Amino acid sequence: MKQFGGTVLFLNRSDINTDEIIPAKYLTEIAKEALKPYLLEDLRLEGFVSSRDIPGKGAIVTRSNFGCGSSREHAPWALEANGIHVVVAESFARIFRQNMFNCGMLAIELPPALIEELFQTFANTETVLKVNFGRDTLQFSNSTCTKSYPYQLNSFDKALVEAGGWIEYADAKY
Amino acid sequence: MGKTLAEKIFETHEIDRPSKDVWVLRLDRVFCHEITTPTAIDDLVQRGKDRVFDPARIKAVIDHVSPAKDGKTALQGKILRDWARRQGIQDFFDIGSNGVCHALFPEKGFVRPGFTVIMGDSHTCTHGAFGAFAAGVGTTDLEVGILKGVCAFRYPRTLKINVEGSLPSGVYGKDIILGIIGKIGVNGATDAVIEFHGPVIEKLSMESRMTLCNMAVEAGATSGICQPDLTTVEYLWPFIKEEYASKQEALKDFSRWKSDPDAGYDTVLNFDVSSLEPLVTFGYKPDQVKPVREMEGTPVDQVYIGSCTNGRYEDLEIAASILKGKKIDSKVRGILAPATPAVYQRALETGILRIFLDAGFCVTNPTCGACLGMSNGVLAPGEVCASTTNRNFNGRMGKGGMVHLMSPATAAATAVAGYITNSSLYKNR
Repeated sequence: MKQFGGTVLFLNRSDINTDEIIPAKYLTEIAKEALKPYLLEDLRLEGFVSSRDIPGKGAIVTRSNFGCGSSREHAPWALEANGIHVVVAESFARIFRQNMFNCGMLAIELPPALIEELFQTFANTETVLKVNFGRDTLQFSNSTCTKSYPYQLNSFDKALVEAGGWIEYADAKY
Repeated sequence: MGKTLAEKIFETHEIDRPSKDVWVLRLDRVFCHEITTPTAIDDLVQRGKDRVFDPARIKAVIDHVSPAKDGKTALQGKILRDWARRQGIQDFFDIGSNGVCHALFPEKGFVRPGFTVIMGDSHTCTHGAFGAFAAGVGTTDLEVGILKGVCAFRYPRTLKINVEGSLPSGVYGKDIILGIIGKIGVNGATDAVIEFHGPVIEKLSMESRMTLCNMAVEAGATSGICQPDLTTVEYLWPFIKEEYASKQEALKDFSRWKSDPDAGYDTVLNFDVSSLEPLVTFGYKPDQVKPVREMEGTPVDQVYIGSCTNGRYEDLEIAASILKGKKIDSKVRGILAPATPAVYQRALETGILRIFLDAGFCVTNPTCGACLGMSNGVLAPGEVCASTTNRNFNGRMGKGGMVHLMSPATAAATAVAGYITNSSLYKNR
């Protein structure tokens, strides 16, 4: 199973699509690691500079419908290549969400009010997320406070993460 | 309570229910292209599992960048080509016979009512026009589909959209779907199937139904679905005439794959098209939609007619009816990419390609190319493209470029004017 958590990258926008996460011109790469420098290259978000804001991050917190658009699994792969194995959002596009769990990664949904609280409390600070996968809790902390939030996962999604992904799960079962 | 079409397809394809809401389904079709499949093939080889569940149910095409533009795209094509040969996949389409997957595969009669279809491409929802459950998936789902012939889905809720009224002249399927996405938003149908119903849909051709279902994913839907009817039978007849004694018999058989009148819907939406105007997108999301008249006069650098949304014969015919006898504006680069060789050939034979060429369009071979900024018409920073494609995302057709989505009719009129304009001003003039 992958390790989940790390310093949080806050992306304060809804509907961030997979073309923004990894532009199509890089889909000619077959090795996943080759995607690393191009993550969020075309993100439309004021003040965001990918080369400055991504290094050292291990988690993303964002708004609704993250990962909409193309089915490209290059989007989770580009996150994985940068050491980001967990995204916390109000909601996800279906294919992106499935792709995350299929890769053994976490796409966790929290209610809009809690996401708003995370932005209010932690955005623009050095914030670390710890995921307690066994207890289904997220712990966010910065220099001034620590807060824990429970989350819910479908038992199938959980099994995919535990198996290391859908190929491992399906190959053992079907 | 009755069942929706998607529910009927789930119940007849169930393999497993690994959790309360998740169903693993048996797949009737696994479609493959050269962008998302090679990584799956490489992984299967590395795992020592280089095999396929059924070569007859797998169809493959090189379509996104064809002909190859560089060494990397040539390698992607080669990996798919070598694999198709190695695995005995008969229905593999390469240079000369290849076209945009979601236009080519329906043309070949590969999709039937009641089928389950996956592909590593989000616009796989197009095939729901035939009464199938067709969903775009990522490479891992595709890999498991290739190896095991199964895929996991959440049990779908269904959004029923009754498209009512009468379609005004100059308003087409593209305007209907842009209007619907504008109304429900880019996540208005996430984790849902959109069923298109109503008198307007019943009168639409299969081509226009595919345009509607194609963009269901732009509202977040898992699949678009139309109810199979006589139009479906007529389209598929060349492929099914050996199986049925008559079209009426085929229709009767297909009617198994209709939603029951008392099916339970999550939401029912009525969409009246009687006062619908030609529409165009204005921002970086497909739900940012305005009437063309509000965008009238917006200058464009390029007009692109093609793609799995609007690159079929009907689309070319509509655009040609506006372009006939005219020249496109001297500052506009016009690009036509017929979606398949059959579309290309028919347009050649009927003189439609001549109309485009005389108007000053460049006619490319069938490929996805410029739609996703990969080849054959990529924009420079600051350039604007009027496009019949499906996504206006930031950078979609080239970094720093702006895309306005519209119907082929609006695109053709825009090419002539040099700025976004209503096709009714140009028709029969």
